[in-house]
Amino acid sequence: MGCINADGTLIASATKLLRAMQSPISLEEAARQTELPLYRVRSSMREFLQARLVEEKDGRFVVTAAGKARISTQP
Amino acid sequence: MEPLVAEKVAPSMPRLGSLAPDFQAETTHGTIRLEDFRGSWLILFSHPADFTPVCTTEFVAFAQIAPELKKRNVELMGLSIDSTYSHIAWVRNIEQNFGVKIPFPVIADLNKEVATLYGMIMPGESKTETSRCVFVIDPNGILRAMIYYPLTTGRNMDEILRLIDALQTTDKHGVATPANWRPGEKVIVPPPKTTEAAEERVHAGYECKDWYFCRKAL
Repeated sequence: MGCINADGTLIASATKLLRAMQSPISLEEAARQTELPLYRVRSSMREFLQARLVEEKDGRFVVTAAGKARISTQP
Repeated sequence: MEPLVAEKVAPSMPRLGSLAPDFQAETTHGTIRLEDFRGSWLILFSHPADFTPVCTTEFVAFAQIAPELKKRNVELMGLSIDSTYSHIAWVRNIEQNFGVKIPFPVIADLNKEVATLYGMIMPGESKTETSRCVFVIDPNGILRAMIYYPLTTGRNMDEILRLIDALQTTDKHGVATPANWRPGEKVIVPPPKTTEAAEERVHAGYECKDWYFCRKAL
């Protein structure tokens, strides 16, 4: 695990990335918006999908209700 | 995005021009797969051990060329047979002692899986440490260049940048680059493969010493 801590909190870059996915977005767009390297976005997305914080539709990713709830607890 | 199944890795040497061996590894930036770098160039490099002097100079040097590499769409990733905790402590130590932040991930290859896959361990030098290897992987995942240095000798960052510039120039213009080539200098026109092409070459306006040795400016 790299972007989700053991207690379920998110590291800062993960929070930034999740906040960029309020509406469906491609990984490339997410990388541009957050200024994170694309490899970091791809790697983080695997974690988000596994934790069901985002969902994928036709190659675009959007934050889930659980993801929104998680963001709301982040500083 | 299914997790990769861990398999026992047989010692191997990667081959230039072939797909770089795939892997998934724990790094200081989380779990990363080689395929995560598709679309970017990648310099995958190994060092013998954390908290050692030559490696520290190299990490500082790699961090210093990272912005130049970024301009060329090149990512960096380090590797050694150390734990993530050791890597984290070391990169923090480098920042404290040398004022340099390490911006790239470092693979914690404690089980030597990636090191074995890429032939990074030279038993004649050390059975427990990786040598100073550099693998240049292109945006399609093809291994394009390899450099191997011994434990005693730190790598030359200028050469790594020069190598990237040369490879990218080759891809962009379909040319080769001569010894000690630097960006802006004349490049080599690949030699003709037929007698007809050789004849045409002489009159093509290139700077030719002979039919097989032609250069041109870009």
